[in-house]
Amino acid sequence: MTNQLLNVRGLETQFNTPEGIVHAVNGVSFSLDEGETLGVVGESGCGKSVTMLSCLKLVPMPPGKIVAGHAFFKGEDMLTMDNDEIRKVRGAQISMIFQDPMTSLNPVMSIGKQMAEPLMLHLGITKEQARNRSIELLEMVGIPQAADRLKDYPHQYSGGMRQRVMIAMALSCMPQILIADEPTTALDVTIQAQIVDLVKRLREELGMAIIWITHDLGVVASIANRVSVMYGGFIIEEAPVKDLYAEPLHPYTIGLLNSLPKINREERQRLYSINGMPPMLFKKPKVCPFAPRCEFVKDHCWQENPVLESYGRDGHRVACWVDVTSGRER
Amino acid sequence: MTEMTTIPTGDNLLLDEAKSDRKIGWLEEFLGPDNYRIVTGLFKTPASIIGFILIFIFILVAILAPIIAPPVGNDPMKIPRDGFSGEPQAPGSPWKKNVPEIPFWYEPLTGNKEWVHLLGTAQGQYDIFYGIVWGTRTAFRTGVIVVIATVLIGVILGSTAAYYGGWVDNLIMRITDIFMTLPYIMMALIFSSVLTPILGRSLLPPMIAMITFGWMGYARIIRSDILSIKERDFVLAAKASGVRSGRILFKHVLPNAIFPTLVLASLGIGDVVLGFAALSFLGIGTEIGYADWGQVLSFARNWITSLNRYWYIVVYPGLTLTLFVMGWNLVGDAMRDVLDPRMRGKS
Repeated sequence: MTNQLLNVRGLETQFNTPEGIVHAVNGVSFSLDEGETLGVVGESGCGKSVTMLSCLKLVPMPPGKIVAGHAFFKGEDMLTMDNDEIRKVRGAQISMIFQDPMTSLNPVMSIGKQMAEPLMLHLGITKEQARNRSIELLEMVGIPQAADRLKDYPHQYSGGMRQRVMIAMALSCMPQILIADEPTTALDVTIQAQIVDLVKRLREELGMAIIWITHDLGVVASIANRVSVMYGGFIIEEAPVKDLYAEPLHPYTIGLLNSLPKINREERQRLYSINGMPPMLFKKPKVCPFAPRCEFVKDHCWQENPVLESYGRDGHRVACWVDVTSGRER
Repeated sequence: MTEMTTIPTGDNLLLDEAKSDRKIGWLEEFLGPDNYRIVTGLFKTPASIIGFILIFIFILVAILAPIIAPPVGNDPMKIPRDGFSGEPQAPGSPWKKNVPEIPFWYEPLTGNKEWVHLLGTAQGQYDIFYGIVWGTRTAFRTGVIVVIATVLIGVILGSTAAYYGGWVDNLIMRITDIFMTLPYIMMALIFSSVLTPILGRSLLPPMIAMITFGWMGYARIIRSDILSIKERDFVLAAKASGVRSGRILFKHVLPNAIFPTLVLASLGIGDVVLGFAALSFLGIGTEIGYADWGQVLSFARNWITSLNRYWYIVVYPGLTLTLFVMGWNLVGDAMRDVLDPRMRGKS
């Protein structure tokens, strides 16, 4: 029996904008076990990042607001913690790495100082110890001459190296959960592969759980145990990684998988794409948010929003009124 | 070729990525890359070099004042008088009463054995040369203190507004707006003349008045810079690693946001000294006879109609003031050019 580390229930986050309230996350529930890797996929603006930021209360408030829900980390609700309590979780037990390594490091602070910051804060160690630990960490993520490079500034590092530094910083206090928010999106493919390999290696060495947010279904297939697909602020399908690729049950997931270029595809065939645009979430969707773009759409889809329910194999859950294999309503 | 080339697999591709060859000097390390570029950029245009030379000369004059013009009496800031006659004396006229010690440079440079009024005397026989040399100290003192105080007030108010946002921001910035609508010299004049009876005649009343009405520009610029830096990813990253919000403001946000304010501040010294001279010319501030450029200029007020004869009472202090302000403005122009994002990368 594995232990549940993170359990998020009914999370709802909204943003107040001049154009109206944006319902970014509309009741998301998921959980994460010790040592597990959860992939979160979906288009831009479907609420992936906001969900994770909400869990750590990192959504800028205002304009953001967490309206409802709980995020239990080892049984304690992070959303009811005060600032001091949640700061002890951030970086120490749950840490994050972000999309763009070029902008995620402070340009006027040397790498050494930035790395020492969380170490001295959470572990209460001295400057000298923090320095030694930083060197170890940089070596762990494969940065050569780590001791010399501590005094360098971010602009003296390449993009891939900066992402390594970010990973080293995120792992510096031995967190139990690493949230990686599209950590490879801003990097070119060869560097992407290196970063994925690095994270896999470190996961084995350190045994942390990972939440990997991405657009890239290929990356998810190689790293995740379980995948959640998000759309319009909802999780619309959740399954063990193999089942999701073998038997996708939601029309959106099918669309996403079909949109991948395939190496054995006939020549001169157009790449599939899902019609339309993701919804602007100025109103909380009352019907299925994917209905306007769905190829399988039925009358029922326009009347009620489906909830996430188990179908098919163990652990496979989907929110859809239509059985995609038969094309009929469930 | 006998050398084996390593096959780039996984990790080692990155390891070989070129470390930049450029050596990082201590100055660059201290200032950070962006600020270093700005500072080096400052020394590249002829105009800014002239500006720096001017400022440097004024600094020398201020420091070496006791050697250039040996003090007479107890208070060196009091301009020595050669009698009490109203009519100004032309440059080169001999010094009769209160003759100062003759400094070592005097004889070789001028060929004179006796002190003369090098730049003439003003109404009341105040020596203009002394007024200018010792007035340099007054200029730096007022300029630097007023600028530091206004920057401090501006940075505190602006960063509070930007950091807390909401109604705090609204309140502070509306107060700033109100202060901005008030005409600067006018308000400084009124306020310092209100303060003078309370504090007595000294440098304080005009300085306090100029501080009170001079901080708004800094508050605005630091606020807008903080607002933009606050949204940067590294601030979120610092938050996500559990850093305290106070530390984020002082260690991550302010160091990235403050440089434009400092540039504006260095420009401000020239303006402050000019404003101070204006107040002084109008008779606000120090007691009569205090070494201060505006004061020396004000001695010329009664002789304006016959300036063809007494030109030196206006030209020398006026020229000094002009050169001083010009020095700061030249440097400031260069700073603006360097800070202009369109100039980036041209260095």
